[in-house]
Amino acid sequence: MSTYPLNSRLYEADVKLEPIRAGFGRGLKAAGETNEAIVALCADLTDSTQMSLFKEAFPERFIEMGIAEQNLVTVASGLARAGKIPFTSSYAAFSPGRNWEQIRTTIALNEQPVKIIGSHAGVSVGPDGATHQMLEDIALMRVLPNMVVIAPGDSIEAEKATHAIVGNNKPTYLRLAREKTPIFSTEKSPFEIGKAYKLRNGHDVTLLGTGAMTYQLLVAAKQLEEKGIHADVVHVPTIKPLDNETILESVRKTGRVVTAEEAQIAAGFGGVIAELLGEKLPTPLLRIGMKDRFGESGVPAELIKYFGLDGESIARDVEEFVHKVPRYHQGF
Amino acid sequence: MSGPLTISQLQKKAAEVRKSILEMLEAAGSGHSAGPLDLTDLITTLYFNIMNLDPKHPEWDERDVFFLSNGHTVPVQYAVMAHRGYFPVKELLTLRKFGSRLQGHPERLKLPGLENTSGPLGCGLSQAAGYAYSLQYLDNAKHRWVYAITGDGELNEGNIWEAAMFAGKYKLSQLIVFVDRNNIQIDGPTEEIMPLEDLRGKWESFGWHVQEINGHNIESIIDAAAMARAITNRPSVIITHTIPGKGVEFMEYDYHWHGYGKSPQDYTTALKKLRSLNGKITGEHE
Repeated sequence: MSTYPLNSRLYEADVKLEPIRAGFGRGLKAAGETNEAIVALCADLTDSTQMSLFKEAFPERFIEMGIAEQNLVTVASGLARAGKIPFTSSYAAFSPGRNWEQIRTTIALNEQPVKIIGSHAGVSVGPDGATHQMLEDIALMRVLPNMVVIAPGDSIEAEKATHAIVGNNKPTYLRLAREKTPIFSTEKSPFEIGKAYKLRNGHDVTLLGTGAMTYQLLVAAKQLEEKGIHADVVHVPTIKPLDNETILESVRKTGRVVTAEEAQIAAGFGGVIAELLGEKLPTPLLRIGMKDRFGESGVPAELIKYFGLDGESIARDVEEFVHKVPRYHQGF
Repeated sequence: MSGPLTISQLQKKAAEVRKSILEMLEAAGSGHSAGPLDLTDLITTLYFNIMNLDPKHPEWDERDVFFLSNGHTVPVQYAVMAHRGYFPVKELLTLRKFGSRLQGHPERLKLPGLENTSGPLGCGLSQAAGYAYSLQYLDNAKHRWVYAITGDGELNEGNIWEAAMFAGKYKLSQLIVFVDRNNIQIDGPTEEIMPLEDLRGKWESFGWHVQEINGHNIESIIDAAAMARAITNRPSVIITHTIPGKGVEFMEYDYHWHGYGKSPQDYTTALKKLRSLNGKITGEHE
């Protein structure tokens, strides 16, 4: 396996930051230039979701839906029936938060290649508070048959993911975040739907991250190394379909697993991994994320720290986990 | 392709369709009764007279499209499609059975010719509007039409009014919607459960062209569709007044028949009572 190119300034204090949604905005505009079937629909949040770049470039293919998320996705289903590739955007709290049944019936069961872009997911939405901090979207979307679920790790990867989902011909959920997020990948880093990527090598524990949490895992892994704990860090941008092979290969080596996500661990990414390990390779597991509670208002960095989602907190928890739990698994 | 049927041919065809619906429900042992029977004249007329389609090439790219929003009434769509030649009439008796293409509520991927997957109410109008938007603004296909049917109870759903606002805003003139105004829903009369009136005024205020017709008068159905196609600056809704359970006297007007009867025997009786010949069904309540 070739080495995943990481941003060389990844561990510096001045690591470049950019909102993940910005990569989506660039990607959609660029994809629109070569693919005329792409149409974009937004529910009164065009700047926030960064769909504005597409709107300015292709006003005739942009549809303003107003504040109506149920209609947003069902109209998109009709457009897909007419041969279009519709991208819908809103805050994740509203789409897929409010319109889940419409997505289930008219997009997933109906197998239409509608792209559901959920922006502003996670507690890092910040001051808007719990109502707007979507934490249940991974759980909601991953249980739908036919649905692809992707949470890019940074803006560069979000741009690649946007291009990739144009042509996958599947109902797809793309999870984006509001806050400026450290960039850990490079233009040369690979992205393929359904692939997980090894970012660091270690033998003591496997750290599995999705979305922006992968950066925090990298920071944690660096701190752990100084304490003599060597972590395998695997970035899992595609939550469904899951890259079982890459994940299990790492777990076979380390015998301990930690997951990290800015979402509910119950039925979320942590839930996905617990299911995989339970069936294929029972292994001690620590799930980092939101534990059956809602978020609250605050500055994003402050919330991330409060909920134990920053690199330092993660390093502390992983260290305790590694010391407490023997390396163990029973493969079959 | 054969040309459109005449009015007397359509009346005969509708009678055959009603018979098929009762046979299907009798064999299935579950399903909805009132809606399929009251929509028979309308859907028969759409498929045999109004819509431009080719049953042998259901994905023909010049076709008119039909979205059934109230998916629970799908037995009538299946019956009409079979009689129109989409699939063998004998397949109708597989309705709701394991392995059948005729699912209890319609699934596009199961049966060629269906445009949408439907059942949970309130979604079909939006899908029809999305398709109509594509024809009008993206495809330059002014010669194609999108027809949709919603129930009246279904208008309780907020999603419907989101779609109504959307179609009104974009003046989707190739969208023609029939509201099955049979005045019943599962728990009782619509005006007791959640009043809809002033229904005409509601649609007009959302920017739609509104007509009201007798849904069992085939000539009225054809005329109203023609009028709707002539309206070029607004979407059209045709409030289609129907008699729930139309054609089976003991089912007519009674909301208890929104769902299934007590036993398949009810449908055996209904078949015997079906007053079906020589256009009598259409004439009776005018």
